[in-house]
Amino acid sequence: MTPVDSALAPITQPVPRLVEQFERGLDAPICLTWELTYACNLACVHCLSSSGKRDPRELTTQQCKDIIDELERMQVFYVNIGGGEPTVRPDFWELVDYATAHHVGVKFSTNGVRITPEVAKRLAASDYVDVQISLDGATAEVNDAVRGAGSFAMAIRALENLADAGFKDAKISVVVTRQNVDQLDEFAALAAHYGATLRITRLRPSGRGADVWDELHPTAEQQVQLYEWLVAKGDRVLTGDSFFHLSGLGEPGALAGLNLCGAGRVVCLIDPVGDVYACPFAIHDRFHAGNIVSDSGFDNVWKNAPLFRELREPQSAGACSSCGHYDSCRGGCMAAKFFTGLPLDGPDPECVEGYGTPALAQHRVKPKPSGDHSRGTPVMLKLLTKPPAGLCNESPV
Amino acid sequence: MEPNQEVGAEAGAATAATSGAELVTETLVEEVSIDGMCGVY
Amino acid sequence: MRGLLTVSSPAAAFDPDLTWRLHHQVAVRPEPFGALLYHFGTRKLSFLKNRTIVEVVNSLGDHPDARSACRAAGIDDAAQAPYLHALGVLAQSKMLVREGTNDSG
Repeated sequence: MTPVDSALAPITQPVPRLVEQFERGLDAPICLTWELTYACNLACVHCLSSSGKRDPRELTTQQCKDIIDELERMQVFYVNIGGGEPTVRPDFWELVDYATAHHVGVKFSTNGVRITPEVAKRLAASDYVDVQISLDGATAEVNDAVRGAGSFAMAIRALENLADAGFKDAKISVVVTRQNVDQLDEFAALAAHYGATLRITRLRPSGRGADVWDELHPTAEQQVQLYEWLVAKGDRVLTGDSFFHLSGLGEPGALAGLNLCGAGRVVCLIDPVGDVYACPFAIHDRFHAGNIVSDSGFDNVWKNAPLFRELREPQSAGACSSCGHYDSCRGGCMAAKFFTGLPLDGPDPECVEGYGTPALAQHRVKPKPSGDHSRGTPVMLKLLTKPPAGLCNESPV
Repeated sequence: MEPNQEVGAEAGAATAATSGAELVTETLVEEVSIDGMCGVY
Repeated sequence: MRGLLTVSSPAAAFDPDLTWRLHHQVAVRPEPFGALLYHFGTRKLSFLKNRTIVEVVNSLGDHPDARSACRAAGIDDAAQAPYLHALGVLAQSKMLVREGTNDSG
């Protein structure tokens, strides 16, 4: 044996790739999304949780603390708290403080409504709380068309307050749409200006998103544009691994992330009434794993829910088995397929080879989300002109 | 926070330039981005 | 290109003859195949992919140097290279610090 071979000797068993371990699920999630409330001050047209009105069955403060205690015991180190708008819960700060005091790090997603200078100062003083500001346009015109009048200004004000308070590295999280994909450079500039990190994620046809998906999701050409932008300029851009369905456009591994669907395997959603779903984009009975109140707590649901056991079995490629891209795209996003009425064992509606397109053209039954907490009927403002590619006089910079 | 510093064992196997010891060691430790798993919004 | 392995040389940052320990902000969560390490300060995640490296990492603070921690875990000196390299990667991510380091920052 050569000296190099002898260095291999102690590793007697081949260690499976980490991704293979994750596909089988872990004893606890690595990260999870926790929607604290369905109440929201905004009415974004594409809201994945159909939020607006508080649900009367919303968990109490004590029930939330009990969840945090469980997360601590399970050693879930990091949660993404969202909603609705989580900061409108009166006990929001109490719960964030409780989490960080119990070894659960928090990132919360917000539209910025409560990020005052005082709040920003307090956040800047905490090491264990990260803030993610939602923004879907680099200009008020593009943003407010989906998030409502004044929402751009509110988000920018939050970013300003955070920057002024010395908060380091807030996140700006953008859902990529047909209307904003030309603004990727502008989003990056905004993030740089506020000392923040840009995060771009996939639009899923979830919640109210189902109603606007046909007109808002990027075209095939725009998907290529987006992919190429990520490869060329996405080095410091987060994606939440949400574009693995595009991996067939280039070399495997070109996009950062585990490149796999984490639902029920390494992530899940806890909703405002304690329901556990495979992921926040899959709020539907089909992906409902259990309820923390009626099913003896989160640990029990995570470990034993029949849905999660099913997801942790090897998945069949189904209709995608003859496609060479399957290894890298894994057939795409199950929520995207489900809510567009496509079969789960077939191509993603945005399959880069176009295999999803014929199915989309046919008559299909689109499942409605489990619950609708919307206030009124959000109507997307029609952009009268092509959105500005660059910042014009609406620029906050 | 430094985003996306990832060392993937599969990518390590693909690059031929590494020594034997380094190829093997990427089977021992793998860094994963906290933002690198799909299903968190 | 993003996501592909770039081989760095952590050897310069990691001296196996010194005393090392886990940073106090690092939590270790056992997994069936090894362990998950999470650094609350940097928000970095590392996965240790076999039980032996986990044993080495957990015992580092109990040994005068990394080599003796490896030996105690059943790894001969001649076979330590991959383990020491792994420790170097962890040191570079600040998961491991030198004993005597003030890591309250």
